Amino acid sequence: MIHSLFLVNSSGDIFLEKHWKSVVSRSVCDYFFEAQERASEPENVPPVIPTPHHYLISVLRHRIYFVAVIQSEVPPLFVIEFLHRVVDTFQDYFGLCTEAAIKDNVVVVYELLEEMLDNGFPLATESNILKELIKPPTILRTVVNTITGSTNVGEQLPTGQLSVVPWRRTGVKYTNNEAYFDVVEEIDAIIDKSGSTITAEIQGVIDACVKLTGMPDLTLSFMNPRLLDDVSFHPCVRFKRWEAERILSFIPPDGNFRLLSYHVSSQNLVAIPVYVKHNITFREGSSQGRFELTLGPKQTMGKAVESVLVSSQLPRGVLNANLNASQGTYTFDPVTKLLTWDVGKINPQKLPSLKGSMSLQAGASKPDENPTIIIQFKIQQMAISGLKVNRLDMYGEKYKPFKGIKYMTKAGKFQVRT
Amino acid sequence: SSGSSVNIHASYLLMSVLHRNEDLREMLESTKESLKLEAMKRIVGLIARGKNASELFPAVVKNVASKNIELKKLVYVYLVRYAEEQQDLALLSISTFQRALKDPNQLIRASALRVLSSIRVPIIVPIMMLAIKEAATDLSPYVRKTAAHAIQKLYSLDADQKEQLIEVIEKLLKDKSTLVAGSVVMAFEEVCPDRIDLIHKNYRKLCNLLVDVEEWGQVVIISMLTRYARTQFISPWKEDGIFDENSEQAFYESDEEKLGTPQSKPYIMDPDHRLLLRNTKPLLQSRNTAVVMSVAQLYWHLAPKQEVGVITKSLVRLLRSHREVQYIVLQNIATMSIQQKGIFEPFMKSFYVRSTDPTHIKTLKLEILTNLANEANISTILREFQTYVKSQDKAFAAATIQAIGRCATNITDVTDTCLNGLVLLLSNRDETVVAESVVVIKKLLQTQPTQHSEIIKHMAKLFDNITVPMARASILWLIGEYCERVPKIAPDVLRKMAKTFTVEEDIVKLQTVNLAAKLYLTNSKQTKLLTQYILNLGKYDQSYDIRDRTRFIRQLIVPNEKSGALSKYARRILLASKPAPMLESTFKDRDRFQLGTLSHTINSKATGYLELSDWPTAAPDSSVRNVEVMEPVKKEISWTFGAASECHVKEWVPSMGKTKPLKSDDKFYSDSGEEEGAGEEGTGSSSEDSSSSSSSSSSNEESDSESEDKNSKHSEETDSSQSDKSSGHSDKKKADKKKRLQLKKKAKKAAPKERYQMHRPPTHHPLTQELWNLRTFTPKMVSSPVFVPMSSHELLHRMTGKGLAAQYHFPRQPCIYGNKMVSVQLTLTNSSDHTLEDISIGEKTSSGQNIHRFSSIERLEPGASVTVSMGIDFNDSTQAANFQLCTKEDQFSVSIQPVVGELFLPVTMTEQDFRKEQGKLQGMNETSATITMAPENTSNQALSKKMVSVANMGVVPTGEDSLYRFAAKSVSSGDLVLVSVDLTDSSSGRLTINTEKTVIGSMLLRDLKTALAQP
Repeated sequence: MIHSLFLVNSSGDIFLEKHWKSVVSRSVCDYFFEAQERASEPENVPPVIPTPHHYLISVLRHRIYFVAVIQSEVPPLFVIEFLHRVVDTFQDYFGLCTEAAIKDNVVVVYELLEEMLDNGFPLATESNILKELIKPPTILRTVVNTITGSTNVGEQLPTGQLSVVPWRRTGVKYTNNEAYFDVVEEIDAIIDKSGSTITAEIQGVIDACVKLTGMPDLTLSFMNPRLLDDVSFHPCVRFKRWEAERILSFIPPDGNFRLLSYHVSSQNLVAIPVYVKHNITFREGSSQGRFELTLGPKQTMGKAVESVLVSSQLPRGVLNANLNASQGTYTFDPVTKLLTWDVGKINPQKLPSLKGSMSLQAGASKPDENPTIIIQFKIQQMAISGLKVNRLDMYGEKYKPFKGIKYMTKAGKFQVRT
Repeated sequence: SSGSSVNIHASYLLMSVLHRNEDLREMLESTKESLKLEAMKRIVGLIARGKNASELFPAVVKNVASKNIELKKLVYVYLVRYAEEQQDLALLSISTFQRALKDPNQLIRASALRVLSSIRVPIIVPIMMLAIKEAATDLSPYVRKTAAHAIQKLYSLDADQKEQLIEVIEKLLKDKSTLVAGSVVMAFEEVCPDRIDLIHKNYRKLCNLLVDVEEWGQVVIISMLTRYARTQFISPWKEDGIFDENSEQAFYESDEEKLGTPQSKPYIMDPDHRLLLRNTKPLLQSRNTAVVMSVAQLYWHLAPKQEVGVITKSLVRLLRSHREVQYIVLQNIATMSIQQKGIFEPFMKSFYVRSTDPTHIKTLKLEILTNLANEANISTILREFQTYVKSQDKAFAAATIQAIGRCATNITDVTDTCLNGLVLLLSNRDETVVAESVVVIKKLLQTQPTQHSEIIKHMAKLFDNITVPMARASILWLIGEYCERVPKIAPDVLRKMAKTFTVEEDIVKLQTVNLAAKLYLTNSKQTKLLTQYILNLGKYDQSYDIRDRTRFIRQLIVPNEKSGALSKYARRILLASKPAPMLESTFKDRDRFQLGTLSHTINSKATGYLELSDWPTAAPDSSVRNVEVMEPVKKEISWTFGAASECHVKEWVPSMGKTKPLKSDDKFYSDSGEEEGAGEEGTGSSSEDSSSSSSSSSSNEESDSESEDKNSKHSEETDSSQSDKSSGHSDKKKADKKKRLQLKKKAKKAAPKERYQMHRPPTHHPLTQELWNLRTFTPKMVSSPVFVPMSSHELLHRMTGKGLAAQYHFPRQPCIYGNKMVSVQLTLTNSSDHTLEDISIGEKTSSGQNIHRFSSIERLEPGASVTVSMGIDFNDSTQAANFQLCTKEDQFSVSIQPVVGELFLPVTMTEQDFRKEQGKLQGMNETSATITMAPENTSNQALSKKMVSVANMGVVPTGEDSLYRFAAKSVSSGDLVLVSVDLTDSSSGRLTINTEKTVIGSMLLRDLKTALAQP
């Protein structure tokens, strides 16, 4: 399936290659570079590029292209999904997946890639199994390894691969048994010029951090499971029980994992927790434009809107922006024309605003389109859909675990057209 | 001199490379492990950067047998990378792997096979072949999985091995391990995708295993099964291809076989076809986008049109994923939305474009929105398009204009609106927008030219400002085509073109010649000279295309003696009314490729693409998929002390139909198809509890086999034994004894066969007789319980139950209602002062277990009590079964929480078999603990008694004094649970449990340990 993998950085250099079958010359990437040159933005490189003898399927993450070389028919999503798993694994192992991190850990990277694919077919992609095989590097371990000559490769063989619950290690032991669940919801919305909602939907995930001894069998139930319109599960979740009772029943993987992602039925009205008042104008023949922006909270059930960040791609004709922020700081990059305003927390008594003027290229005509405003924010202790976990029970083990559930709402792709 | 300096430079580089590698070689040859490891790490670094490290081969290969695991793994990496180039040296390492192939540890065997098969050296093909064959029969499924992978590697190395490899594939396809399934199907797809016949017998098993296979394997299996189904089942799509989109709701609610709407010949879906659809549907909830997509394409290609709707939500969900995933999913939705708008229309807003989307995502979304447009939603879509037209991303704005054009032609109501909107865009400042508008307007005008001379005039005015060649050419063509409607403007445009002809692009020149010709024919008075001028310019143009065209046009329009008959028809040729172009989606014909494939994405056939065949007109024989299965359970006698203590509680077998006569029988026995057994029970059961209940289940099974395959000798024998048994009450004991003897004998012979029946729920682990896995041949006989505890548990207290009290008890009998159920006896007592009526179990259960309810009790007099039995499938977990106990007036929620020991059925086996089975359940499947025993429990009798009281196990005879063995199987999945107690001294010992069900294994271990410590 996957023949070879090339890692290409943003300046177009191949900095790592790995082959699972016969070696494919790196010149195959020339087709990729051509496509890269044609693309105006890095994201515009097509994910699938046919060449005379191969097909190149790539993903772009952290400004690195992961280019897989394919020789024959394979579902493209199969490859794409796998490549993203590779990136996730690197991120999991090295904290961040940058060119430097990969170069520094090239041996671990190679060992991981070797375990993840056999003859181009995915073999071990579960993080629990991989961590049994290859221990993630830590500063301490690196030091110890240098002194004692011991290795990162697990001495134990990956028993998890043989088990009926391949996602869980065996013989897990903790002194503090704890299970934390984060319900994180994101609002995707497009708001039009007049402030009315064009489309808004809520996507949520439940991320878990479970550190429990032995083989616990957990069930998690919701007060209002009907809210969940469409769900996708970690493989540990027993689908039949969900279908019958709307209860999540599972033997959890050890450590961090995404238990569930869901979509809240689009029929439900989505509460939009912020509003934006804006007045962005350009006048024909004038080299000045006005910029006014005010943010305010609404429908937040008394919770504070925090970590607000506003960004906007201003039209090409804008030379500079001379603005005044009532709170927080703003930056304008005259090269990329990107305006960002780090607002922080919204105080309902004193609404944050950003006002001032923009200077335009002399003689340039008025831009056609007003810029789109992209807003990011967080609201703690609230799931905007109203989803509530009812209870979490544990079976199969005798001890009493410590349980915790946290809610958070964030902006997903939240855009305001002006 | 510069040349020599380059030389010097090069040799210096070469030296440094050599030098560095020399360095590494020394490190590799040192005795220090850490130095070797360091060297290997640096070498891997070289390989990763694509540098050549092949000359170190001899030094590296020496370390192939290193004890250090990391070093060894890195050597493997190196070996696999360079073995192809250094074939002779690579052979040195082979013996190491051959040795490792015999290692007792399955993981070492697997890893050896993995590396051995990755070494691409043709000379070792025979060795690989041998290793693969051996590994394919390995007891460890993990090794078998590796063997499946190795098949493909060997095939790509030497395609001549195909026939032999197919044999191995055939064998591995029969494997019932979920670990192997994905990999062997992958090998099948690579080596012999045309051998559909190999799939028949494994089809149902693959469908049933699918949910438990790892996610990558699921994708491969689903894609293979899609192709399979298209060759084996008849089309579920109606002939006329029209369907009512609104009816989908009603349809996919039910998983049962459906009839199409009444037709001359109603369509009935093959149950196997339905099985595939039903078993793949849950995978739409997978977190793996590739799995979701593969299920979606399966539904698209195989499901009745009304059911395809189930995939939409999941596909739309994938749009939240990474941009690459979006790209592929949107492409597939684009193809689907052409044929079935209806299923995506409710999700229209999910396809709205965001300014941050990459251009290719934007255009795909646009494509889908255009496909979804209809009379009802067009105004919303056009409003959205207006925003897009203003986008800073001009390529996208241009695509939007084309989309508007398509909407305008498809929906005649809005044609005028769209056209006016596009005309406004002609004064846009951006050239690409204007150009695209011109092109689209041209196409639109062609569809209805009569009313639009104003627009043509307007475009002619704009002509001077438009520089994009395609747009200029389009305007020229329009003016030429409708020159009679704009008789004043057309010659003027031609005049202007004559001036700039030489500097125009080819495409514009061609249209200029075209315009000149048309004007010459319609208005030669004004344009004769101009035309000649232009034709002269064209005659000497640099492009031969234009020269040719000019020459042709001249001959056509200017009649002279040389021009033939053609010029007579010049007017009819040039000014013929032309059909309007169709504005179509670029995804129109993409559905010729299977969705989700690479070929679909690139819109051309990729190497190795396997065509999806058309539905067969007549269904091929469906019996090819029938599988012979071994009957899983057989009954044997109880032979130990436990026999006396069996069921003292009077059993009220509901099948006797005391409360509801005969009517309910069908329902009870519909699964096993048995009638006879029910009648028989009525005669014998109440007096002889133990034997009746045992015979009830055995006759149950016997009639199963009887009803099906009468050819086998065995079933004939059971027939006779059955008639023996039913001959009379007094003979019964004798007959039983005789039967037991027979059964014992038979058990040693071949196992009885049973035809796999379609209407049965497929078992989770079909015990295929041909399974090469020896495990299924070993006798696994369910025996009567050795000991039945008397204790009963409270289910409902009389106070909470308003007078109704209920207690439950595990009789430890095989459940007659279903072989996955645990039988439970309820004793219901009426402690109130009035008669209770209609006592039953409520329809709703909240915990998801499959419960077989007892038939409702019509009346229970005050003070009376009654015992009923029910069956619960606990699914091999100790999770409580919650249900409602109802009377006529009230409902009470109750729950039964089994202890782990009740989830078993005792199994008898010989010591030899026990050891064999235990050998297969090592490693992960083994749990053990040291135990300390209370002094009371150390005697032979007491220990056994203690053990069997905790769990429903059978005692395995043993030759050793201090060793005790017990065997059972889990009720639901039928997995073996083997318990052994090895006494080291009088009060302590080691307790070991071997089972695949590790969770219940460890729970059992805990319970036994506690029990033995207590007096």
